[in-house]
Amino acid sequence: MKRLSWLVPFLYVLFLLLPIYWLVSMSFKTTNEILGAFSPWPRTFTFDNYIKIFTDRTWYSGYINSLIYTTVNTVISVVVALPAAYAFSRYRFVGDKHLFFWLLTNRMAPAAVFALPFFQLYSAIELFDTHIAVALAHCLFNIPLAVWILEGFMSAVPRQLDETAYIDGYRFWRFFLRIFLPTIAAGVGVTAFFCFMFSWVELLLAKTLTSVAAKPIAATMTRTASSSGYELGLLAAAGTLTIVPGAFVIYFVRNYIAKGFALGRV
Amino acid sequence: MTLELRNVIKRVGADTHIHETRVRFAETGFNILLGTTLAGKTTLLELMAGLTPPSAGEIWFDGKNVTGVPVQKRNVSMVYQQFINYPNLTVYENIASPLRVAGLARAGIDNRVRRIAELLRLTPLLARRPAELSGGQQQRTALARALVKDADLVLLDEPLANLDFKLREELRDELPKLFADRRCTVVFATSDPVEALLLGGHTATIHAGRITQFGPTPEVYRQPADLLTAQIFSHPPINIAPIVKAGDAMVVSDAVRWPAPAALRRLSDGPYVLGIRPHHVSPLRNGHQAAQIEGRVQIAELSGSESVIHFAHGKLSWVSHSPGVHPIEVGGTTRFYVETERCLYFTADGARIGA
Repeated sequence: MKRLSWLVPFLYVLFLLLPIYWLVSMSFKTTNEILGAFSPWPRTFTFDNYIKIFTDRTWYSGYINSLIYTTVNTVISVVVALPAAYAFSRYRFVGDKHLFFWLLTNRMAPAAVFALPFFQLYSAIELFDTHIAVALAHCLFNIPLAVWILEGFMSAVPRQLDETAYIDGYRFWRFFLRIFLPTIAAGVGVTAFFCFMFSWVELLLAKTLTSVAAKPIAATMTRTASSSGYELGLLAAAGTLTIVPGAFVIYFVRNYIAKGFALGRV
Repeated sequence: MTLELRNVIKRVGADTHIHETRVRFAETGFNILLGTTLAGKTTLLELMAGLTPPSAGEIWFDGKNVTGVPVQKRNVSMVYQQFINYPNLTVYENIASPLRVAGLARAGIDNRVRRIAELLRLTPLLARRPAELSGGQQQRTALARALVKDADLVLLDEPLANLDFKLREELRDELPKLFADRRCTVVFATSDPVEALLLGGHTATIHAGRITQFGPTPEVYRQPADLLTAQIFSHPPINIAPIVKAGDAMVVSDAVRWPAPAALRRLSDGPYVLGIRPHHVSPLRNGHQAAQIEGRVQIAELSGSESVIHFAHGKLSWVSHSPGVHPIEVGGTTRFYVETERCLYFTADGARIGA
């Protein structure tokens, strides 16, 4: 029994990784091989798909666009959420609990609900097809999430830390930037990660609010066929590259996320 | 430096956390705030520090009204029950932080940090972060930060409560020495009457947002102004009994009575309240005037060198706290001796007779 104890986790990881393996494997195949006979690994190993993505502007600009609006969104979300979360964590004011809960309800409606108003609004004020348009639209669900996560981390810091700093002579901003922010660095890391991730995977709003100049990679990828027919290898390569930033970010914040889960706010 | 609260009131919403309080703290030695949890000790300290403004009244320090002065502008330091240090800074930077904020020269800071670290035996730990220290070391770091800036007013909010037994004793011995040659007013909040007695100085007993008495610690202990103060300042809890004065006798029950003391002779006959501390009730006879009281033993806690015996006499439930280990049978009836000259007498509404 004990000798087989590795089997369950092994099978679990195997099934978990199978689709990813299949994607990566396809990205090194030619479209003909993909459409042809079943092959568990690439017979005719090719980098052509990747070369095409990194040289064709219509492909690589998608990554750049996605990275830009995702990063802008992450920065806005964290910067806006920090003071809000601090207020919720440290002060009592009329309706604070209701407001805090109401924030969460912003996440309860599907993004499709907001696609039309955003489209109409952004077209009217000429924000359509800009990176900031998508970044701002994503704030709709990322800021509430960021406030929610950060508030958890901040409330775990005793109020007496603030008081001690004031007694030591710190002004609010110096305390906030030099003492408080480093103290909740893990929380900021986790928050940034989730903002980045949700913005990165969100397709509907990003697609609706852009046409060419700020078109996200996920929108490019939904174009399954082009003038040259099916390009499944190319799509697989694009998919593989789309996983990379997420995996990269998760690697850096993996310890923080464990802390976040321990606090019960992630 | 004198600290004075003049008719200070603190209300939060509809609740009054601190009722009208006037007190002038002693300039030397410890000023102890003694009271149970939620009595208002921390609120009082926060008012003194300037962390929260009073709803009414004034706070005077060193002859100046400091009521509206923000905490940053007052030369105050505070140590909390929870070990509060800046987690992102090393012990050295923690201690140095008030000096850095004040804008002192680097060499001067280094000098003072190292001196205070030496005093609190933190020198080998200066490079560590607070999370890598034991509870005692963390609290010593907080103390060092409070002491390094030569504050005029040092507020200690149950600084020993979260430490384990040995460390608490150790630090309690160190504390008075640390402040011995400093010119600052020290206010020390605690819920432990024994701690108050050990630290000496002056004591203010607090109950439900009111200071019931303020004075030199031994005086407050021996001559409490009222029953509440006696209850706050007694561990184990003081024994209470209704008592009737009938002529020259004080009557607890048919079997328990003793001659009324001289101070009470002139009082009118009638019901009063008796208070007697547990260590003046003993299964052994000592003291000159001892009344006998028989009780059914309910609990007998025998530690290495003392006995705490809970017994019932009629409706009364009393505690005896005596040195030595006595062979006491739980459930049996035993005779206890009450040192009547140690008895405190109160009127029905709680004021001590003769106070």
